[in-house]
Amino acid sequence: MTTDSAAEVEVARSITVPLGQTKAFHLFTSRMTEFWPPEHSIGASPFEAVVLEPRVGGRWYERAADGEECDWGRVGAWEPTSRVVLLWQITAEWKFDPDFETEVEVTFTENEPGRTTVDLRHRNLERYGAHAEQMRAIFDSPNGWTDTLNRCARLAESG
Amino acid sequence: MSVSAAAVLDALGDKTRRSILEKLASGPIAVGALADQLPISRPAVSQHLRVLKDAQLVVESVAGTRRLYRINRAGLIAVRDYVDRFWETTLDNFALLASAEADTDTDEEEQK
Repeated sequence: MTTDSAAEVEVARSITVPLGQTKAFHLFTSRMTEFWPPEHSIGASPFEAVVLEPRVGGRWYERAADGEECDWGRVGAWEPTSRVVLLWQITAEWKFDPDFETEVEVTFTENEPGRTTVDLRHRNLERYGAHAEQMRAIFDSPNGWTDTLNRCARLAESG
Repeated sequence: MSVSAAAVLDALGDKTRRSILEKLASGPIAVGALADQLPISRPAVSQHLRVLKDAQLVVESVAGTRRLYRINRAGLIAVRDYVDRFWETTLDNFALLASAEADTDTDEEEQK
């Protein structure tokens, strides 16, 4: 891998589902709780819901059973039923930072009636830059996720 | 080959080393130039660079008579791989939910 340090680092994935475009779009944006991997929580306890407010500038957050909310980011573009851009604002320290963002663009294309391709691109990963190794260390460490559990709790207390 | 998470976190636990990484983020720098930008001696900078190198956070290369240090891109590549695996899992989950949803729709059609 010989990428220049200024170059963009991104991930692209796509999947086709047996639903029309409108249904696929609404399933993705309004029922995230049902498909988001449950271990990917930054709250002090597992999330009860993952919420996306359906408008530009809307919040994207997780809510625990006790009502505690942890911000993940916000909605950058809202174009039902073809495109949504989510701004993932979690830093390498696993904290929400309103001044940090990476972009997740998701588009929905109905190729034939009842079959929709969902294309996802997560851009700006190069912004983790010097902190990337720290992030990897947290992912790979057995206590990494436990350590992250306190971060949102602290954020909630200070806020 | 792989460095322990503890070694990486220890290396990052020092304010001076974090500020060295910040400076290297914009491109490769020689030890002398780094020392000029920091309120510590050149031998102290070298010491910190050794810790960062052992944690595989920086790599060095020789350019003429100078030794240049730069950010090790391996960390960024590992993050990209992690994010890639994360979305693979998430989209697979989404496809399962979508299939279940499609089956429900078919059942409703049949009941009509």
